[in-house]
Amino acid sequence: MSDKSMTYRGWGRVLEATSDVARPERAKALAADMAEAPAPALGGLRSYGDACLNDGGRAVLMTRMDRLVDLDEESGVLRVEGGARIGDLARLLAPRGWLPPVMPGTGFATVGGAIAMDVHGKNHHNAGSFGQFVESIRLITPKGEKTTRPDTLKELFSATIGGLGQTGIVAEASIRLKRAKGDVMMVTERRVADWDEHLALLDGSDATYTVGWIDATATGASLGRGILEEAETGAGLVPPAKRGRRVPFDAPAFALSSPVVRLFNAAYWRRVPARGRTVVKPIEDFFFPLDKLHDWNRLYGKSGFHQFQCVVPLAAADTLREMLERIARCGMASPLAVLKRMGPGRGGLMSFPMEGYTLAVDLHAAHRPAKLVAELEAQVAEAGGRIYLAKDSLAAPEAVHAMYPERRKWAGIVAKHDPEGAMVTDLVRRLDLRRRG
Amino acid sequence: MTTWLILGASSAMARALARAVAERGDAVLLAGRDMGDLDALASDCAFRGAPRAEAVAFDARDPSGFDAILKRTTETDGILNVAVFVGSMPAQDAIDADAALIDGTITDSFTGPARLLTLLAPLIEERKGTVVGVGSVAGDRGRIGNYVYGAAKAGFHTYLSGLRNRLTRAGAHVVTVKPGFVDTAMTWGIEGMFLVAAPEAVARDILKAVEKRRDVIYTPFFWRYIMLVIRHIPERIFKKMSI
Ligand SMILES: Cc1cc2nc3c(=O)[nH]c(=O)nc-3n(C[C@H](O)[C@H](O)[C@H](O)COP(=O)(O)OP(=O)(O)OC[C@H]3O[C@@H](n4cnc5c(N)ncnc54)[C@H](O)[C@@H]3O)c2cc1C
Ligand SMILES: NC(=O)c1ccc[n+]([C@@H]2O[C@H](COP(=O)([O-])OP(=O)(O)OC[C@H]3O[C@@H](n4cnc5c(N)ncnc54)[C@H](OP(=O)(O)O)[C@@H]3O)[C@@H](O)[C@H]2O)c1
Repeated sequence: MSDKSMTYRGWGRVLEATSDVARPERAKALAADMAEAPAPALGGLRSYGDACLNDGGRAVLMTRMDRLVDLDEESGVLRVEGGARIGDLARLLAPRGWLPPVMPGTGFATVGGAIAMDVHGKNHHNAGSFGQFVESIRLITPKGEKTTRPDTLKELFSATIGGLGQTGIVAEASIRLKRAKGDVMMVTERRVADWDEHLALLDGSDATYTVGWIDATATGASLGRGILEEAETGAGLVPPAKRGRRVPFDAPAFALSSPVVRLFNAAYWRRVPARGRTVVKPIEDFFFPLDKLHDWNRLYGKSGFHQFQCVVPLAAADTLREMLERIARCGMASPLAVLKRMGPGRGGLMSFPMEGYTLAVDLHAAHRPAKLVAELEAQVAEAGGRIYLAKDSLAAPEAVHAMYPERRKWAGIVAKHDPEGAMVTDLVRRLDLRRRG
Repeated sequence: MTTWLILGASSAMARALARAVAERGDAVLLAGRDMGDLDALASDCAFRGAPRAEAVAFDARDPSGFDAILKRTTETDGILNVAVFVGSMPAQDAIDADAALIDGTITDSFTGPARLLTLLAPLIEERKGTVVGVGSVAGDRGRIGNYVYGAAKAGFHTYLSGLRNRLTRAGAHVVTVKPGFVDTAMTWGIEGMFLVAAPEAVARDILKAVEKRRDVIYTPFFWRYIMLVIRHIPERIFKKMSI
């Protein structure tokens, strides 16, 4: 098997790695690659920081391992290879009345990446996380192939869901799908005037899919203003989604400068009439609104960007409000921030979700937000919340260890399956996540 | 209905073609050596809409299995298209060190598929099908880096041209496909690749060519012009070049 030397970056484009990358095209090749020299998997490279990097080492790119192996129409269980993209699954399943149970905000994330980060979607408040729908995993560990289920090799399962790829490579997984009424979304959008209204609407929403888009540049009385989207699947006719466009170059620095961002946000907010509206959208427009603009991350120019995402317990809503104020005042924030209410659902020892509110904000790296992020992190820790490792590139080990109380137990299980540390990524190294003590 | 017999179906280009025709509702017979992989691809194609998707054992170097393939193919219905993606490209220096590798290289890219196509030809004529033969730009001129592989492809091109001449008379057709660099297992990790095309783009070009009954295509299209220039370099200059 020949490897290719590749230089690549996380989605935020701030951190970079050069690795010898294997790209198996079939199960036999994957098994051979892992037997030769075990290495962490790369999925769609949609993690923002260094979760999908292994600088100076080897990596196994999974994007060609994307076959849909079996759909049991009775039970709604799909067996699929680890490199299959969530967006492809949605496109192929929806016309048959099914959807992936949980979808992150990009369809380019893979099944393996969704398991390794135990991703959450716009239905987290009622459905839980991706890992909770996984019935079984065919895992290629550095010590050989294992099949793990919630009730078979239990420990390994709980260390694999949300386990940052440290237990091995997800070659194949069986996933319990959700019923869909059809292949469109009925979306109700309404303007939200401020923070308190936003929280009240999120708390009161009984829609299947709910998300709040926040204008992270609005301050004062408008702090927390935005748009609430609530949606259900539906059947109907909408024009087919247009082919995507691509951002062909790194944008100049002014493209996302703060006045531009403020204008953009104001326009986005006014787009929705004051009394609200209900629209019918193709599935991918609702779930993956940014995917149509390929490589949109290049809009941030050469220096790239950071995404800060945290979750805090329900009772700490005021802390989150203070954090948003701090972000809005600093002028580093980007067009769209996301606010969601999360339910308690989580699938593994290192899963991010907890019951509470989650806020995700993009910060232009050119503004050097490290100090701001450090302050925000301290607030999150204080409030008993945690930051999302799929997005992080700035945190320090101690703070993160405190936010993930089951980390030590996880590290112990991982050590059994990967004693040599072959699966370690840049993120795991930076945050010393596998430390046993 | 249309049925596609795809030889060398484990190739990423073949996989892209199989998926595209499955999504249109065509049946697929997936032929190759890695049965585990072909079974997985067959399920994937069935999922995408192929009314019939099956794996068939095929080794270009073992003609004793060809009759069984012919028989399986005869049992399908409708228009019969055959797409050939089989090929192998050992490094030229490996061949220089072991001349016995030449036989296998020629068999994989040329004589094996040609022999099977000859067996299938009457059926393709009867079922008014199209043969898609994947050759290579490497077959347009013998270059220092891969001239045994190039010779196999050149032989296959000539065979396809003759087969086209024959099948046309019966209302069937042959498309010769000459890819440039494609992002597959064959080229992954090889240095000096440029303008590398996605396998899905090659599959799209192939389907367009089948629909339009094109004779010879280059994919991506600009390779036609690159090869036009390369073919016109006088031999006395070309022999000193290493491109
Ligand atoms: C626009 C955008 C919106 C997003 N929205 C959300 C959201 O709403 N909710 C959410 O939870 N996340 C969201 N994310 C984050 C994203 O879903 C996660 O980072 C996810 O892990 C990306 O999957 P990937 O396939 O790109 O994995 P990568 O980023 O390539 O890898 C992530 C981790 O998964 C591991 N991994 C990948 N494949 C495998 C495999 N086959 N086996 C084992 N381990 C593997 C890697 O080793 C790495 O540790 C968003 C990201 C973007 C860019
Ligand atoms: N990649 C490029 O840049 C490029 C450019 C021009 C032309 N091409 C041609 O395109 C075609 C597809 O190649 P690819 O790039 O996709 O590479 P590939 O993955 O190596 O595909 C070649 C296929 O041929 C099969 N094969 C080889 N020897 C065989 C034999 N004796 N019997 C049966 N099957 C055999 C292989 O089967 P196994 O799975 O059993 O190994 C494999 O599926 C080839 O003909 C190649 O020459 C490729």
